[in-house]
Amino acid sequence: MTTAIDHSLLDPPRLPREPLMETNAAITESVWVRRTLTAVALLFLAFFLLLPLVAVFAEALRNGVGTYVEALKDSDALDAIKLTLIAAAIAVPLNLVFGLSAAWCIAKFEFRGKALLISLIDLPFSVSPVVAGLVYVLIFGAQGWAGPWLAEHDIKVIFAVPGIVLATVFVTFPFIARELIPLMQEQGTDDEQAALSLGATGWQTFWRVTLPNIKWGLLYGVLLCNARAMGEFGAVSVVSGHIRGQTNTMPLHVEILYNEYQFAAAFAVASLLAALALVTLSIKSWLEWRHADELSALRRH
Amino acid sequence: MQIQIRDIHKAFGSFPALKGVNLDIQSGELIALLGPSGSGKTTLLRTIAGLEYQDYGSIAFGGEDIASRPVRERGVGFVFQHYALFKHMTVADNIAFGLSVRKGEARPSKEAITKRVGELLELVQLAGLEKRYPAQLSGGQRQRVALARALAIDPKVLLLDEPFGALDAKVRKDLRRWLRELHDKTGYTTIFVTHDQEEALELADRVVVMNRGQIEQVGTTDDVYEQPATPFVFDFLGSVNILPGEVEGRRLRFDGGAGWDSDSIHPPGLVDVYVRPHDLQLVEAGTPGLDATVTNVQRTGALIRISAQLVQLPDTVELELSHLDPAARSRRPGDAIRVSPIRYGLFPRAPHRRPTTLPDVVPNAPAEYRERGRN
Repeated sequence: MTTAIDHSLLDPPRLPREPLMETNAAITESVWVRRTLTAVALLFLAFFLLLPLVAVFAEALRNGVGTYVEALKDSDALDAIKLTLIAAAIAVPLNLVFGLSAAWCIAKFEFRGKALLISLIDLPFSVSPVVAGLVYVLIFGAQGWAGPWLAEHDIKVIFAVPGIVLATVFVTFPFIARELIPLMQEQGTDDEQAALSLGATGWQTFWRVTLPNIKWGLLYGVLLCNARAMGEFGAVSVVSGHIRGQTNTMPLHVEILYNEYQFAAAFAVASLLAALALVTLSIKSWLEWRHADELSALRRH
Repeated sequence: MQIQIRDIHKAFGSFPALKGVNLDIQSGELIALLGPSGSGKTTLLRTIAGLEYQDYGSIAFGGEDIASRPVRERGVGFVFQHYALFKHMTVADNIAFGLSVRKGEARPSKEAITKRVGELLELVQLAGLEKRYPAQLSGGQRQRVALARALAIDPKVLLLDEPFGALDAKVRKDLRRWLRELHDKTGYTTIFVTHDQEEALELADRVVVMNRGQIEQVGTTDDVYEQPATPFVFDFLGSVNILPGEVEGRRLRFDGGAGWDSDSIHPPGLVDVYVRPHDLQLVEAGTPGLDATVTNVQRTGALIRISAQLVQLPDTVELELSHLDPAARSRRPGDAIRVSPIRYGLFPRAPHRRPTTLPDVVPNAPAEYRERGRN
């Protein structure tokens, strides 16, 4: 007698990976409907998204590469780039820590006031950035609540780098937390409990189980957060004071140049921001592809 | 490792999940916690593991009270219903996890860990798959990896939460048999949770039947099936006919039917007679029994199920007879039959006749109490 197959030892079945759309008649429209819809979408994208992008680079290079490089080598422009990088370099790590902690406690624990915390995290999305800037002026400005105390200790917040960082942190706060909360909620706490039951400490569990599970989501959040931190205009504009070479970030610098009719220079700096957007977009697409794969791997469980 | 559980109480908000549970488990036993959804079986398992804390009561492993210890100090091997394998780690890294997180002296050398992982893979019959990731494994293979990972830390007790819940019927059956063999080979004290009575009866040494946060009966598989202590256990461990009757001295009489001498000792009064469908037999007219009219005959494999309406009572009865039984084969709807119980249980007449084994989850119980991800 041959021994029976033990089904619990069998490998998973190999399913063919092919797109379902072509063969699935229920979700396939007739050819002309499909082509029209595709054409409408493409035209819209070209007109509203692609055209402005091309225009930025075209305008920036209108007077030749020489002027372009010249505009970027201008000391005010370099200072603006430096300040933007500094603000992002402080705001993004801060929000990485805040966002991770917030997402962790929301996804892994039950406590009173959780709904309130989630709404608070969304606040920067719903409040106009200008209002956010004004709030900081109200608190830290010369006439503000903490104004006299700050003046006494010779600390400048408004119209200085700390104000710009504060405003950037405020505006970019939700990006990382918002990205992580649904991901961590879906993953649940089984993995962490398994790690703990195997004798891992809380710290080991975090580094070896929780973090690897969310690394792509986290990177995605950081990327979006960084893009916004570098591009933020409204809130920063209110608290910065537009002091050239000191409190001017790239977006503010673009505005100043534009208002002074230095179009080529304005577009040159703007093209840097646009390039940043393109880089962000491509990394984001790549991550989404990775990220989606991880998520679907998760769902296959 | 001996386990003593004393008077465990646990509530989720206002919902009492465990209401005073006492249980003694001997070293090396294979115990099933059996009950419907919301009976507290998973909560009890998680409380033993230290994944939930009891509100009141004590738990001792080998005489040592561990009720206040956190899960990482209890040394339990917990296998989750959905395995909770670390999906960014290979099979080998998953199994090695419990050893590699140990610190200082307690951590075995790299070679020792590799050797132990190899032995465990051999034990769960997955040698050669150490480089795979969990996503590349079938459900049965994942369950084996989860088990190997839990065994790697040489646990004092092995706890399995619905170990076969998420698997296909065939995989489940093979895995069940293998788990029994593994237990006989390794001898770990093992507790598993299930809502499937067949699984519990087939796999366990002893079955703990739970209902509404309390233990209804603890006994060997024969005990709980053949001598159910309560109507709930009778009903939960298989289908049952419930007929009204009355005990007078040593005599049992069905309402509207003839009586006969009963060998069970039961105080006189109104009773419910619990009879399993396969414990009813067809008898000749004239012998003690109940008259009935066949309403439906259905053949399932080797069983013939007959539904019949009692003549003197408003109840219907179900019979399960062997397909080899000539008396059963020829029955058609409308035939008059006479049935008599071979074996039965007597319980005081209940105000509501039929106990329910439907999930009795309280609808407004807090979310964490609802059954986790049942497939």
